[in-house]
Amino acid sequence: MSRAAFGALLVGSLALSVAFLALPVAAIFLDSSPGALIASLGDPAAVDALMLSAQTTSISLAIIVAVGTPAAWLLATREFRGKAAVVTLVELPLVLPPAVAGIALLAAFGPAGVLGGAIEDAGIRLVLETAGVVVALTFVAAPFYIRQAQASFALLDPAVIDASRTLGASEARTLARIAVPTALPGLAAGAALALGRALGEFGATLIFAGSFQGITQTAPLAIYDRFATDFDGALALSAVLVCLSAGLLLAVKVVGGPESLGHARG
Amino acid sequence: MAAIAGLVGLAGLVAIWAAGCGGAEADERPQLVVAAAASLREPLTECANRYQAAEVRLGFASTGEHAARIRQGAPPDVLAGADARTPEALEAEGLLTGTSVFATNELVLAVPRHSGIRSFEDLGGSQARLVVGSPSSPIGGYTEELLARLPAEERSAILARVRSREPDAKGMIGKLLRGAADAAFAYRTDVAAAGPSLRALDLPDRLLPSIAYAAGIATASEHPDEAAGFVEDVRSGRCASALREAGFGEPGP
Repeated sequence: MSRAAFGALLVGSLALSVAFLALPVAAIFLDSSPGALIASLGDPAAVDALMLSAQTTSISLAIIVAVGTPAAWLLATREFRGKAAVVTLVELPLVLPPAVAGIALLAAFGPAGVLGGAIEDAGIRLVLETAGVVVALTFVAAPFYIRQAQASFALLDPAVIDASRTLGASEARTLARIAVPTALPGLAAGAALALGRALGEFGATLIFAGSFQGITQTAPLAIYDRFATDFDGALALSAVLVCLSAGLLLAVKVVGGPESLGHARG
Repeated sequence: MAAIAGLVGLAGLVAIWAAGCGGAEADERPQLVVAAAASLREPLTECANRYQAAEVRLGFASTGEHAARIRQGAPPDVLAGADARTPEALEAEGLLTGTSVFATNELVLAVPRHSGIRSFEDLGGSQARLVVGSPSSPIGGYTEELLARLPAEERSAILARVRSREPDAKGMIGKLLRGAADAAFAYRTDVAAAGPSLRALDLPDRLLPSIAYAAGIATASEHPDEAAGFVEDVRSGRCASALREAGFGEPGP
């Protein structure tokens, strides 16, 4: 293929991708008038849904980062028997359809589930409660972060890690003061993916936690509820969710530094 | 090793795809897309497989969701809804035609078989976690009708027990079966279809909403005659018998 033709192919592919991905998002804003969109947001149910989404997604992300970072560090720095199986298990929710995730969570943590009795004895209620939403979001989004974090840690220059240990820093200190800051762009990218996934989760939340205003009806569930009877309301909520997602994505990437904003290395 | 695993996975996918296509010979019959309410799943799936005059493709969801798609310009050939109001509204908008009632159903209070709730009157004072249909679904609408006929105190007591508003009838049954909810206002037919694990508690006659399932043919359908034929079958043919067996009532005069 000639150089010019290949160049045209590259540009054409990108143009097609951008157009296809951008058009539905743009249509959310274009299909209705700004006045109608803003009016629909006056609905207290819409406000409740957005607040609940922001709340549960943030808590999920905090848990994912807190637990996932050490887990990813272990996977990146140690070899052990059965490691491949462990990695596959951690990544499994990535390929589960959300409805399957919801069924699986019920089978594990629901009242009739494997751990159901133990959970109830501990006085914890998950199903039909906000805590259940957090469980569902964490389940579907965690693999995105752990996988990315593991890859980022694995790419760190071993010489830097060794130097830190040689100079007397404990492994914990090395992780916190050297590894995490150096791997930050990758970690931020993983967090952004996890965040996006959690914010948009629908099937697992509906099946495991239910749909009730202020308790479990997150923005995606509220959008679905409106789809049948109030399309403008669904559009309005979708528009806000788009802006919220874009804002959070940008914030996470700014934390990650210029690399995670898409600029090439060097 | 990884290559072998990958090949096995790919072979599995191809096998599933082949199993799907291999069975049907070239089907010359017209294809009918039928959008049906979630509660019609069991009887219609059965009879649509055996329907001769056309190849019927069923899609199950809340009636409201089907209506939204029709209004957005993606109509099926037939809409079989869990109420008459939605098909009639669509007919008034010129999107459906030939709307007629084909079955009736009954609202009940569904509980797990060993529930402490033995009658409708026990519900308000209990600690039960109640699930109901979302207001935009027919089942939710019928539940609201029922609750509106109660005195204010009883109504508040019951509403205080609500923990989830599900988009369609089947979601509630699923939660009941997994112990995720303690009670639900559901269709009698859905409780029957769920088997012995659930019990249907009768509701007082004076509170019962009148439930009518109506079907219509999309005005944009490319097979209006076949569509009309299917609707007739659902009203009085083989599909009608399947509905009766599942516990749906006759459409009446």
